[in-house]
Amino acid sequence: MLEKSANAIGGVILKAIEGMGYAGALLVESLYYMVLGRRRGQPVKAASIAYQMMEVGVRAIPIVTVLSFAVGVSLAIQSIYALKNFGAESQVILAIAIGVTREFGPLITGILVAGRSASALAARIGSMVVSQEVDALRVIGVSPVRYLVVPPLVALVIMVPSLTIISDFAAIFGGAIYSLPNLDVGMWAYLMASVDSLQTSDVTQGLWKAMTFGAIIALVGVSSGFSVKGGAEGVGRATTQAVVLAISCIVITNMVFTFFLNR
Amino acid sequence: MSRAAAQDTTAAGTETFGEPVIDVQGLVTHYGTRKILDGVDMTMRAGEIRVIMGGSGSGKSTFLWHLLGLYRPTAGRIRLLGKDINTITPQQFQELRKEIGVSFQGGALFTSMTVGENVAMPLREHTDLDENTIRIMSRLKLEVVNLGGFQDLMPSQLSGGMIKRAALARAVVMDPKLLFFDEPSAGLDPVVAAELDELILRLRDAMRMSMVVVTHELDSAFKIADKITVLDQGKVLLTGTVDEVRNSGLERVQDLLNRRPRDVQVDAEEYLRRLTEEQYG
Repeated sequence: MLEKSANAIGGVILKAIEGMGYAGALLVESLYYMVLGRRRGQPVKAASIAYQMMEVGVRAIPIVTVLSFAVGVSLAIQSIYALKNFGAESQVILAIAIGVTREFGPLITGILVAGRSASALAARIGSMVVSQEVDALRVIGVSPVRYLVVPPLVALVIMVPSLTIISDFAAIFGGAIYSLPNLDVGMWAYLMASVDSLQTSDVTQGLWKAMTFGAIIALVGVSSGFSVKGGAEGVGRATTQAVVLAISCIVITNMVFTFFLNR
Repeated sequence: MSRAAAQDTTAAGTETFGEPVIDVQGLVTHYGTRKILDGVDMTMRAGEIRVIMGGSGSGKSTFLWHLLGLYRPTAGRIRLLGKDINTITPQQFQELRKEIGVSFQGGALFTSMTVGENVAMPLREHTDLDENTIRIMSRLKLEVVNLGGFQDLMPSQLSGGMIKRAALARAVVMDPKLLFFDEPSAGLDPVVAAELDELILRLRDAMRMSMVVVTHELDSAFKIADKITVLDQGKVLLTGTVDEVRNSGLERVQDLLNRRPRDVQVDAEEYLRRLTEEQYG
C-alpha cells in the first residue's frame, strides 16, 4: 500500500519533471529559431505572429475588459467594507490601485487567456499531430517548432502584458464607479489619485508577471498538443489538461513572484 | 528461398533503371524493448516504382518513417539520393527534403489552409518565387491531379479521393526526384483507387520520378509496381518483380496474397510475459 502510493507520487513527480524538461527544450528551440531562423532558412514569419496576436490578444479584449471591471467593483466593495472599520475609506483608492496592478490585473488576464488560448493551442496542435500534419510539416522541411510554437509564444509574451494594461485600467475604473458615491470625489480626481498612489515598480511588477504567464500559456498549450496520443479522445484530454495545467502554473508562479518581489 | 537468395532477385533485372536512389543496409529499430525492424536491406534505382507490402504489424509503416527521417534507427544505414540521412547535418537534410515528396495516408493536408495554399506551401518555404508564380505553379500541379479549379476550397470540403490527389499535388509541387506514398488506396472505393493508380503511373512517366508506395492492397500493388518488397515481422521476406512475388513458393507470401489467416499459436505464458515486459520493461 505504502509502496504503491510512493510509486504513484514518484510517477507524478517524474512526469512533471519530464513535462518541464520538454517545455524547456521547446523554449530553447524557439529562441534558436527567433535568433538564427532566418540564417538557417527557417524564418519566423511576421504575418503568422500578427495573426496569433489577433487571435490570442485582440479578440480577448472585450472579455478581459468586462471581467476586470467586475473584479474592480468587487474589490472596491470589499475594501470599503474593511476600511470603514478604521474610518479610512479614502484609502480604497490606494488599495485598489496597488491590488490591481500588482496582483489582480495580471492574474485575471493570465487565467482568462489560459482558458482561451492554452486550450485552443493544445487542440490545434493535437489534432495536427493526430492527422499527421506535423509529420507533413517535417517532411516538407518546415520545423514544427518554428512554424507552430514560435508565433503563439511571441504573440502571448507580447499580448498578455498588453491585455494586462487594459485590465488594470478597467479594474481601476470599475473600482472608481463603485467608490465615487462613498468618497465624494469626482471621477477625474479619483483616477489622478490612483495614478499618484502608484509607483512605476507596481506596474512593472505586474507586467513582468504577465510576460511570464504568456510564456507559460504558450509552452503548456503547445507541449500538451505535441504529446497527444490516440485520436480525438487524446486531443480532448490534452485540451483539458492544458487549461488546468496552465492555470495551476500561473497561480503558483504568481505566488512565487509576489513572494520574491516583495521581500 | 533463403534471405540471401531473396536479395539476389534484387540484383536481377536492374539494368532498366538508373543509379540507386535508396540504399538501406541492415536497418534495425526498436520500439521500447521490442524489435520492430530486424536487419532490413533495400536498394532501389532511379525511375523505379517500388511497392512495400506486408500485413499489419509487419513493420512497413515504421520502415517508411525511417526512410523519411522521422525516426532514428538503432542500427543500420539509410542513403537517400546518395546521402546518409542519419549523418548529414540538419541543413543538408533540409536541402535533401526539397528533392523528396511525401503523400500521407490521410492526406495530412493543413486544415487551416485552402487546397491551393496547401499545394503552395513547399514553394513558399523553399523558394523565393513571387506570389504570382507560386500561384500558377500550384494551380498547374492541381491540374495534373485533375483538381483544377479546386484551389480555393478548404480540405474539409473535399472527398476522400480528392484529398489524396491534393496531397499528391502538394507532394510533387517541388518536382521531387523521390516520392513516398503511404497507403494510396486506403479508405477509397475501388474505382477511385484505380484512378489513383493510373495517376501514379502517369506521374512517374511524366516527371520521371522514383516512387516508394506502401500498401496492403494487392490489386493496386500488382498494377503499379516495378518491384515489390514484402516485409514480414520486421524482415524482408522477398524482393522481386510482380511475377516473382505472385509465383513465390514462400508460404508467408502466399498467405498474404491469398488472404489466408495466419495460424497464430499463442503460448499463454509467453504472451503474458511479453505483456508485462511492455508494461514494465
